[in-house]
Amino acid sequence: MDTTAKKKGSPFLTVEDLSVSFERYDSKFGKKDLKVISDLSISVNRGEILAIAGSSGSGKSLLAHAILGLLPDNAAIRGSMWFDGRDLTPKLQKMLRGREIALVPQSVSYLDPLMRVGAQVRGTQKGGKIRQAQRKIFRRYELDHTVERLYPFQLSGGMARRVLVSTAVISEADLIIADEPTPGMNVEQAMEALHTFRELADSGKAVILITHDIDLAFSIADKIAVFYAGTTVEIAPSEDFISGPEALRHPYSQALWKALPQNGFEPISGFQPYAKNLPSGCLFAPRCTCKTPECEQQLPPMRTVRNGYVRCFHAT
Amino acid sequence: MQLEAREVSFRYGYGGRWILKNVNLSVRQGERVGLVGPSGYGKSTLAKLLSGYEKPHQGQILLDGHPLPRKGVCPVQLIYQHPEKAINPRWKMRKVLEESGQNSEKILKALGIEPDWLNRYPRELSGGELQRFCVARSLFAGTQFLIADEMSTMLDVITQAQIWNLMLEEVEQRGLGLVVVTHNQYLAERVCTRMIHLEQVNQIELSLQESVEYAS
Repeated sequence: MDTTAKKKGSPFLTVEDLSVSFERYDSKFGKKDLKVISDLSISVNRGEILAIAGSSGSGKSLLAHAILGLLPDNAAIRGSMWFDGRDLTPKLQKMLRGREIALVPQSVSYLDPLMRVGAQVRGTQKGGKIRQAQRKIFRRYELDHTVERLYPFQLSGGMARRVLVSTAVISEADLIIADEPTPGMNVEQAMEALHTFRELADSGKAVILITHDIDLAFSIADKIAVFYAGTTVEIAPSEDFISGPEALRHPYSQALWKALPQNGFEPISGFQPYAKNLPSGCLFAPRCTCKTPECEQQLPPMRTVRNGYVRCFHAT
Repeated sequence: MQLEAREVSFRYGYGGRWILKNVNLSVRQGERVGLVGPSGYGKSTLAKLLSGYEKPHQGQILLDGHPLPRKGVCPVQLIYQHPEKAINPRWKMRKVLEESGQNSEKILKALGIEPDWLNRYPRELSGGELQRFCVARSLFAGTQFLIADEMSTMLDVITQAQIWNLMLEEVEQRGLGLVVVTHNQYLAERVCTRMIHLEQVNQIELSLQESVEYAS
């Protein structure tokens, strides 16, 4: 395939059938592959926010790291990724990250502990213009002007998150991947941060928003992708999540909705299967109330149901 | 049993500005208290003071009228906001649990901790997986008060509901006291029997508070 030719009309970022596995030594001589992402597909357009929700350890952060080429050496990656019509090779990833693709990392420990946070947000750029831009962003996030002279250990959890978000907002990147940017912020600040992502998207950038605050994400995202055990189980317009479980397609998305504190706070029982012993059929089958023998035999393919995608034989 | 902060004032380092000023509050056993307030108002700092991770500059933290014990495991356990910073990075998870003496099969199972995870280092687990270990070790036999500082924000909502339901069950059964720091109003309403608004009990002048917000 000619990798330089641009695919016309294709989404800004496409991830197709991505699989990631880690090589692990489980005994002195034995090596085992741990499959953490399997057959995962998502896409995001310019002007769009794709929110990614799903269970902890379902591969959300790994996807972000795979797009940026930040996975460790023992990871084996299969599948294809396209960025702006170009094949996203390791070489291209290295060129793009930090320039055209920006990451808001998940852990506040990604901040350099020995560098004042103002300087970290400004990055390698020098001069008054960037300083002004940084101060403007800090004001917007209710970070006082004295904060730019502080070191990360002097910040509260919510403040550190707002600093991390600032680093992405100030960059000129066209694709912003925010990995849980809102924990520790109060609702107003979280909404402010999410609104900036909305504005970035409206100005023609593409945003991937990985979040557990799904109730907040519903209100600003265009599409929601639900991850479970390393794959996508549903991709749906956010309106469906607002209208409630009847509008959703996959039993897991419905369970997510019902577990929200404002919607009953009732968890389904059981746990996400561990990557080492994934079930052979549908990954959600062990916890599903409407499973049939068919579900336990093979992984359902993604199919279109009511203007969304779902990985379930029984969704209507 | 009662956990009490009496006229507590705190600042980080000498010459730093005050984070907390003359804060008074008390939590009885069996109570579930929500500690709320805007980001940077000293919620996490107060959580650390209550669990003995920091010493107040003025005032006292008292457990049943006595200061917190200096030796041995503390009966007031803090579940920290960032699990990746609360676990020794050079210990395998098995050792992390052994340190607390927590080996209740029931709790490990209820939290969904895979036996396989015990042989891993913290960096090989996700934030949500690590937090389950932090919850497990905080529920050892000697615990009387639990301080949960944003303990579930890094978890998906199903796991969050599972862990809270387990916590509430344990708290109920053992008559523990619980202090919950959270920004999620719905969660606080679900979990807590009483709310404390820190901006009302913290007698710090607002102008100072606005200009600097140290804590971590």
